[in-house]
Amino acid sequence: MPFSSLSHIQERLNNAETTAVEVAQLYLNRIAAYNDTLNAFVHIDSAHVLAQAEASDKYRAEHGARALEGLPIAIKDIFCTQHGPTQCCSNILKDFHAPYDAHVITKLKEAGAVLVGKTNMDEFAMGSSNETSAFGLCRNPWNTDCIPGGSSGGSAVAVAAALTPAALGTDTGGSIRQPASLTGITGLKPTYGRVSRRGIIAFASSLDQAGPMTRTVKDAAMITAAIAGHDSGDATSVADAPGPQSQADWLAVCDQKDMKGMRIGVPKEYFVEGMDADVRVQVEAALKQCEALGAELVDISLPNTNLAVAAYYVIAPSEASANLSRYDAVRFGHRCDNPEDLLDMYTRSRDEGFGSEVKRRILTGAFALSSGYYDAYYLKAQQVRTMIQQDFLTAFESVDIIATPTSPITAFKLGEKTDDPLTMYLSDIYTIAVNLAGLPGLSQPCGFAHDLPVGLQWIAPAWREDVLLGAASAYEATSHWYNKTPQAFDQPSGGET
Amino acid sequence: MDIDVQKVAMLARIRLTDDEATELGPQLSEILGYVDQLAAVNTDGIVPTAHPHDAAMPLRANIVTNGNHRDALQAVAPKTEAGLYVVPKVIE
Repeated sequence: MPFSSLSHIQERLNNAETTAVEVAQLYLNRIAAYNDTLNAFVHIDSAHVLAQAEASDKYRAEHGARALEGLPIAIKDIFCTQHGPTQCCSNILKDFHAPYDAHVITKLKEAGAVLVGKTNMDEFAMGSSNETSAFGLCRNPWNTDCIPGGSSGGSAVAVAAALTPAALGTDTGGSIRQPASLTGITGLKPTYGRVSRRGIIAFASSLDQAGPMTRTVKDAAMITAAIAGHDSGDATSVADAPGPQSQADWLAVCDQKDMKGMRIGVPKEYFVEGMDADVRVQVEAALKQCEALGAELVDISLPNTNLAVAAYYVIAPSEASANLSRYDAVRFGHRCDNPEDLLDMYTRSRDEGFGSEVKRRILTGAFALSSGYYDAYYLKAQQVRTMIQQDFLTAFESVDIIATPTSPITAFKLGEKTDDPLTMYLSDIYTIAVNLAGLPGLSQPCGFAHDLPVGLQWIAPAWREDVLLGAASAYEATSHWYNKTPQAFDQPSGGET
Repeated sequence: MDIDVQKVAMLARIRLTDDEATELGPQLSEILGYVDQLAAVNTDGIVPTAHPHDAAMPLRANIVTNGNHRDALQAVAPKTEAGLYVVPKVIE
């Protein structure tokens, strides 16, 4: 049961073979047994989890089941929740309690989900390895000497080690897809504007998007359907998205498991030097399998791919420096002791509260936006962003979907890249362009290299999550990678036999 | 590129210790050196992205919907008094 998919647990609940309380208790036991090793969760309130599960069982008995009735979902520490702390794994928000729920949290509650704790992450989602968290590093269950990826590292690990069947993450430059890839699970970043950002602590507002991290493609569809939709509190969430978008449509696509006749674009710029040879073998084997399933592989070019990381590291830090100016030690967050004057209070509180990666990004952004540099950096980067978007639009004239590796490498060793920020930035080289273009992307497991998971990334046109889900579920149906479990953590109930 | 780290840090209202400034200086130079490859790209006539999907801003009725939550919002403030935020003295 612990490694069951969300939809399998749902089936058992619907058949009265188990209860939400039993399910919640099972995962709480596993968290108690394994979290000390993995540090996937930074906050757990068992009594609150069980109370939600009890309420869900009662609701089911009285009114019938809602879309996610009784299903446990872990929450990245970036989502504001009225219950318990919301700290974004930063000391500047230490012990912060949000006065309201993020819109997606409200949606999950309305769907009957049981929210399980807060998961570890890179501080303010700035990182690719979960090593910038103020609350300690997080370990990859496939090899505990390795990073889990980031920034949604805790959510990825919680799902990969079955401390929860599903989790919510956010993705600004790959923060759902890259850790999903490195831990062997499925992660979906919806189209920009599909999901409300209200109550999600802002990093780079034109790139941020929330999405599910799950064991299967269908589970990802279930959660995306539950959290999608316009919110009057987020002007960038879109009211009239074109294409199929109801829960029924997306789940039906997952059940069809069909990619016959699908034209899959394979961009040559994503299969280049710097990519691990063993990763390449796995991804190419997966593409061959898609061909065997009736899809057609089409060589395409996305010529401005090599500019994506540079554009991103102007745009994201610029937006971050503006967003993080709100941490002024006045309305919330850390305030230093005995400030001499207002300026001393601002500067010292922010120095004490922010970690070094966050400072690096704020300073990069402040520089790029400063007088005399705006045109050369920010404006230029937004023009290059238009070119990258145009590349995708052109490609989608001749293909239905694009397939690439999610990450050029498998999970690296803890500490290996912490001294070299630029090399760390380059680990998101295959995921960043998708955020710049605002497209939906999905990573799913497609093999192993060096005994660590490898991810396959799907990229679809804007608003075509249905195409992503169709391709990914068809591939999943004929592969067994999503079913693999990390041996050290596969005892049924937390080590006891 | 040489960057006056302390000046940028002051713009961002972050006090850096000398050690931090010494470490961050070369790192910022390296990051900005990498993004400088954008300068070589011909972007003549390219419209900068404002929104990924060029979506129109939705409109809503101009009515108050969120009520008064002063107490809840101030409960998380470092220091308040009589419904006001307290900060170090600004005016002599």
